[in-house]
Amino acid sequence: MTRFMKKALADIRSNRFLNFITIITISLSILLVSVFMLFFENASRVIEAWNQGGRAMIYLEKEFSMDMLPTLKENITGLGEINEMVFISKSQAMSQLKKEMSGRTEFFKTLKTNPLPDAIEIQMKSHDSFEEVQAFARNIEALDLVENVEYGQGWLGKFLNIFKLFKMTGYAMCSLFLLIALFITANTVRLAFYSRRLEVEIMRLVGATEGFIKTPFYVEGLFQGFFGGVLGLAILLGGYLAISSGITDNFTGYVYIDMRFLSVKSILIVIFSSTFLGWFGCYLSLKQILK
Amino acid sequence: MNADDNTIIRLFNVSKRYGSKLALSDVSLDIEQGEFIFVSGPSGAGKSTLLKVLYLAEKVSEGQILIDGMNLARISSGKLPFLRRRFGMIFQDFKLIPNRTVFENVALVLEAAGEKPGYIRKKVMHVLRTTGMGKKAKSLPLTLSGGEQQRVAVARAVVGEPSIILADEPTGSLDEKAAQTILDFLIGYHKKGATILVASHNLHLMESTIRGRNIALEDGKLKTTSTML
Repeated sequence: MTRFMKKALADIRSNRFLNFITIITISLSILLVSVFMLFFENASRVIEAWNQGGRAMIYLEKEFSMDMLPTLKENITGLGEINEMVFISKSQAMSQLKKEMSGRTEFFKTLKTNPLPDAIEIQMKSHDSFEEVQAFARNIEALDLVENVEYGQGWLGKFLNIFKLFKMTGYAMCSLFLLIALFITANTVRLAFYSRRLEVEIMRLVGATEGFIKTPFYVEGLFQGFFGGVLGLAILLGGYLAISSGITDNFTGYVYIDMRFLSVKSILIVIFSSTFLGWFGCYLSLKQILK
Repeated sequence: MNADDNTIIRLFNVSKRYGSKLALSDVSLDIEQGEFIFVSGPSGAGKSTLLKVLYLAEKVSEGQILIDGMNLARISSGKLPFLRRRFGMIFQDFKLIPNRTVFENVALVLEAAGEKPGYIRKKVMHVLRTTGMGKKAKSLPLTLSGGEQQRVAVARAVVGEPSIILADEPTGSLDEKAAQTILDFLIGYHKKGATILVASHNLHLMESTIRGRNIALEDGKLKTTSTML
């Protein structure tokens, strides 16, 4: 095997430019695929985190008074699917707001009455889908004294739609780019084969088996795939480190995001896939040439 | 073929067609182990085709060939490389890999046979020294003269210690001195027991050098077979 690896490395060196182009093409395809994987992994984690303990704010009508609170809490609890419930009175809400907007005291001086409603903050139990959360919120809204329920439905709904769209686009784009990478790899092997046609012919004449002839090409394909995958992931890691902190800062106001790079499992899958891609490109090419 | 038979190559009514052209026509021939065969004839007589059908670079159109009792028509593609290892091939155009050194070109035969690197190094250097190319082991073929390239080709043909050597116009592009050197190598190897078939139109050079059998071809047909003394 060492002999074949040395031979493959020597062939890569003698066809540097061709191999460089192939590795770059594979790495770009892998980069695109891993960008989608990174997004899916983190987006799935966001959705999962939100589903496992999403918070909602129940705003109450003006007619609400403190003596109605036990009944209301009972009614809400009766709907189930709640882990925690905290009442926030309008005066507590105003104090909190003043604390958060301490730099704008003049604005609060203009207020004659407290415009904020009484509210109950709840932490919901885990839901399987956004539709279930929406249905639960509608049930709460249907209760007496409840004016509306705020649970991030705007951005989350949009996020989920984008997520679905992104997923479909991702599958299509990844398939397309992997096909292109496969085509380029197969073509590189074909060109390498034609440039070594005399060598292959002589090998056959001196009694080399097909395995002996093909193995260096396969090793070359595996090298291309492996290094293409590693390069693609390295570019992704660079990009991730450059922009991840900014994304985390923007989203933490809405929901806790644990932004992470691809898991070890995903990294191994990507490298294995790209290595396989190199091998498969070689296989297709040799199958066509040597049929 | 009976048990006492020393025949290593046997052709039964072999014909080879390229389209409508008949390159070999109904050739029947027995070659004994250790014979030195000189295949003569003008250009287009079928000399190269005869060698090609022997090492299965071409398949026969009709007839059968037995090599050491093995019917070539029944050799599977998987077993073909193992059959070819029994042959050492020398070509008029040398067929050396230009981007590989002399050493690597010769070593290829043993690498293909799965020999160990240590053995390959030792054996190749020994053969290169025998053919006078030991000092050129690291040279690339294109930096060598025609005679030197053919000596490398001879080294490659004999390094695997084949039982049969087929040489297609081995002296065709060489001057007389270089051609004589190549023939001397072949004679030396023949003395070690190898069966040798040399296809050439240079009958004069062969007659003056080799004691063997001359097989004359004309228009693909076996014309005469005679012993040269």
